[in-house]
Amino acid sequence: MTSTLGIKKIQYPNGTNSITIDSSGSAAITTANITTANVTNATATGTITTPSINGSQIGGRRNIIINGAMQVAQRGTSQASISSAGYYTIDRFKINTNDAGVWTMSQETLSQSDTPFTEGFTKALKLDCTTSATPASNGTLQVQYSTEGQDLQQLCSGTASAKTLILSFWIKATKTGTNVLGGYQDDGGKSFGLTYTINSSNTWEYKTITIPANTANFIVNDATRGRIVTWYFSAGSNRTTGTLRSTWTAYATADEAPGQVNHADNTANNIHITGVQLEVGSQATAFEHRGFGEELALCQRYFSKINSIDVCTYYHTGGSAPTENFTYPQTMRAAPTCTLTRQAGDSYNLASINQRNITADSFNLYVVATSGNNTCAFGHNGNPATYTMEAEL
Amino acid sequence: MIFESVKWDYDKNAKRNINVIVVMDGIEKTVPMDEDNMHYAEILKQVAEGTLTIKDAD
Repeated sequence: MTSTLGIKKIQYPNGTNSITIDSSGSAAITTANITTANVTNATATGTITTPSINGSQIGGRRNIIINGAMQVAQRGTSQASISSAGYYTIDRFKINTNDAGVWTMSQETLSQSDTPFTEGFTKALKLDCTTSATPASNGTLQVQYSTEGQDLQQLCSGTASAKTLILSFWIKATKTGTNVLGGYQDDGGKSFGLTYTINSSNTWEYKTITIPANTANFIVNDATRGRIVTWYFSAGSNRTTGTLRSTWTAYATADEAPGQVNHADNTANNIHITGVQLEVGSQATAFEHRGFGEELALCQRYFSKINSIDVCTYYHTGGSAPTENFTYPQTMRAAPTCTLTRQAGDSYNLASINQRNITADSFNLYVVATSGNNTCAFGHNGNPATYTMEAEL
Repeated sequence: MIFESVKWDYDKNAKRNINVIVVMDGIEKTVPMDEDNMHYAEILKQVAEGTLTIKDAD
């Protein structure tokens, strides 16, 4: 119907809700809610004024996950013979495993034939089964991501305003079937488990999983672990005989991963993950790509390296041991575990090297010489040493 | 977490233990006495469980 009247107004009998179109073509909608289920795409050429999108901030950093695009691998790009828990290649992503085969973890470079590549992802976390197994009763293979409690305060956990989260990620696996995505909150000792399906073998699939709000348990606002997100890939009977919990429930080992398929059952099996995003709300949004330097700096709160160390100093007989101060690239989450890696033939007149005053910012190195009134050195003679600092959760 | 060896790091000047020296996967690491450090927290846990003893410094 075409109208030439100056103003058209449709009003609901309550006298409040209305749609008005004036003679200039401007429309005004007055209502408490607009149901948008039938809107596939909307285009605005002017300003949109709204306090939030998806129940969270409009812009800025939405993704709680650090290194979700798997860009940073400070420890190295490949580690073979993995059969126990640890951080191996891709920063921030821990392999938690025991008695569930042997695996090689690597940072995979994607190509144009990989679907996530068309979404801007150039790297993925890859797990390659090199020794197959039926998991022992307590056996498991998991990929875990842990977040500090102080970085989860926006969830308002433990209050009536607690927020849901949505996790989105790309995954490709040889083994199809049911997989469990679990979560654990340290404060309160609660966990949940939800399932998703890998439908096609060796095919990239995009998954979204809504993580329920926890209205019962606060998350302590400090640098300790607040929550873990866990991708299960193998789980022994101790972890599968209970009931999958779709809401936050007191943790029980048997409830971890009922129904989980065993990706460790064949050495032909591989698992690939990238594009991991965890954000407030129930609608997954486009992945928040961050620059490599920014992502690296975020990772260095948990792990960092100082390369090319060459210390050459002088020790006076009867004097104090020479000291060197090392400052990390970033302030770390906690005072880190320090590991010195040296090469053969790198020292001169060296008795010992000791770390002192290890803090979250720096440490002192005490270099003790074999004989006084002489220089002493390590990382020398063209054989530089490396320090790694680890303050993971 | 498996520690192949664990011993105190004693500072003769401060006259107290200041770190824990551990060996994991054949690699020596210096662990500060910070309960937020995951290695130190695990050491304390295993000591409390009676499955680990920290040896005196050399």
